[in-house]
Amino acid sequence: MADQQSPLVEMRNISVAFGGVHAVEDVTINLFPGEVVGLVGGNGAGKSTLMKVLSGAYSRDAGKILIDGKEVTIENPRDAKALGIETIYQTLALADNVDAAANVFLGRELLTRWNTLDDVAMEAAARQVIGRLNPSFKNFKTPVHSLSGGQRQAVAIGRAIHFNARVLIMDEPTAALGPAETAQVTDLVKKLSDEGIGIFLISHELRDVFDLSDRISVMKNSRLVGTVFKKDVDEDDVLGMIIGGKHPGVPEALTSGAALATEAAATA
Amino acid sequence: MVEATGSSPNTAPATGGAVRRLMRATEVDTRLLGMVGALAILWIGFHIMSDGLFLTPRNLWNLSVQTSSVAIMATGMVLVIVARHIDLSVGSLMAFVGMIMGTVQVNLLPQLVGFDFPLTWVITLLIGMALGAAIGAFQGYIIAYLGIPAFIVTLGGLLVWRGAAWWVASGQTIAPLDSTFRIVGGAPNTSIGATASWIVAALACVGIVLGILGGRRQRRKFNFPLRPIWAEIVLGAIGIAAVLGGVGIANSYGWPKGLVRQYAQANNIPEPDFIATGIAVPVLIALVVAIVMTFLSTRTRFGRYVFAIGGNPEAAELGGIATRWVTLKIFVLMGILVTISASIQTARLNAATNALGTLQELYVIAAAVIGGASFAGGIGTVPGAILGALVMQSLQSGMVLMGIDAPLQNIVIGSVLVLAVGLDTLYRRQSD
Repeated sequence: MADQQSPLVEMRNISVAFGGVHAVEDVTINLFPGEVVGLVGGNGAGKSTLMKVLSGAYSRDAGKILIDGKEVTIENPRDAKALGIETIYQTLALADNVDAAANVFLGRELLTRWNTLDDVAMEAAARQVIGRLNPSFKNFKTPVHSLSGGQRQAVAIGRAIHFNARVLIMDEPTAALGPAETAQVTDLVKKLSDEGIGIFLISHELRDVFDLSDRISVMKNSRLVGTVFKKDVDEDDVLGMIIGGKHPGVPEALTSGAALATEAAATA
Repeated sequence: MVEATGSSPNTAPATGGAVRRLMRATEVDTRLLGMVGALAILWIGFHIMSDGLFLTPRNLWNLSVQTSSVAIMATGMVLVIVARHIDLSVGSLMAFVGMIMGTVQVNLLPQLVGFDFPLTWVITLLIGMALGAAIGAFQGYIIAYLGIPAFIVTLGGLLVWRGAAWWVASGQTIAPLDSTFRIVGGAPNTSIGATASWIVAALACVGIVLGILGGRRQRRKFNFPLRPIWAEIVLGAIGIAAVLGGVGIANSYGWPKGLVRQYAQANNIPEPDFIATGIAVPVLIALVVAIVMTFLSTRTRFGRYVFAIGGNPEAAELGGIATRWVTLKIFVLMGILVTISASIQTARLNAATNALGTLQELYVIAAAVIGGASFAGGIGTVPGAILGALVMQSLQSGMVLMGIDAPLQNIVIGSVLVLAVGLDTLYRRQSD
């Protein structure tokens, strides 16, 4: 195991304020390839805001972002996507009046050799990627506003995974889903992290977080309470961090690459 | 609206009868079809009530010329409205650009290069286009990058450009215009004539057939279900019949007697009985604009982005679309289209006046909205906007033929606007 392995993503001392309100204050987290980091906290704790900084939707007031150890500029969603950072937003952020294929390729349309939209090729690719998530998906010609919650989710996920993401941000990816679809998403998260994609997972479902994450970062009142290895804690410990802001006293897991590699070797 | 293709095993029971089966198989936009139906009823109604004056080659030819200017601007306005904006400045902008183009060809260029310089019209048009695009970019910049609502910016523009139009020549009318430039205005004797019109028709028919074949080949490449052959043939036949019928009508309208006499005297030939006008130049321009704008809005990234922004601006931005840049481009496009219409109208009047285009913004917006554009954003089509312009102009022309007074004309047009949008809202609520 390469002990000089550097984190895929490092967000250092990030602060975001809206007017006078501090939404995120001095938060530092990181993510390694093939790892799932659960990001949890109460409503308004700042999780989504922090992730929107990474996905380019919000700009930060302080702090820096490093990808592969190099500082990067992320000023808008296009910058983030160019770096391989894909996001599944809680609101899904779909263009409601166009069809599934148009949404999957929104901003990155396939073109024919005359520079016109290659709708047929996009539909073919969309059928493939969405079919992977939801084999019964059929409505490729209808605007997505007329789709069910699960189908819309499949479109949003399909959009995020079609472009060979390196970092995937999933903000409440199963909130709108039934049990069967939730299981599909769970499988997908495991498969993607096996492929080496780093995943930030925001969820209110502690069970999902424990099921999927390697590490868990907890936020409360815009600040980071701490980051812990899943194996060191139980749900009560994490609840204590979320509600009481109380660190359970286990080793801090916001580690350097070397420490994480050792950790991985120890658990292997 | 557009039915799902055969990709899903058709869930609806096959009880709909032949008409519904035809509509499903051809994937025709039922809304657009409804508008064509409404237009047909309107035309037949006016024909009966005007004692057979409406559906004549002469009236239809005039109708096509009168519609072209509003139709051209409506194709841009529909994109403005789809993107959740509005442009109230088009009428005033038309006057300002028209005045500048008038000044350039009447006062400026003759001093520099003399009268009857062959490129006067080209230079004039290029300057006009550049000015229209620049003003569109200016307004678009304020709207997109400074975040001031389009309603306010273009309301300001409505006052500013009308005032500026007066300022260009202190309110004087500029006339007469360059003789070549006047061709875009569309007089019978500068229309393209019978032969060229048939050539245009033939090209259009070839285009329809190639379009259908190309679509089939593309879908077959990916093994997607194809429309039934008979549906393709029906669609193609309707398209070709419409093209041939339209050109046939244009060609059966002859030059007015006075023009024929002048022509015969000028060329020293015996006076012919009939000279076919063919397609008028502004109509030809409008057709080209319609094709280009339909292509832009349905086949290019730009068009896709306009609709995505209209459907959900925030999602479009998060999806990686440079929404502000796209918004700016929409207004640039609108400025260019306004210039085209300004050229047509000044050329038609053979004069540039500072009153040109008064209230045109309302007709243009009405055309786009009657054509199905929704202020909620994300919905609208270019062909719909053109049909909307045709409906508005048909109403006006029909009422003139019936001898209805101008105040009552306005009352009718205003009511029709509200009624059309009301019906559309009902239709959408039902089909959702």
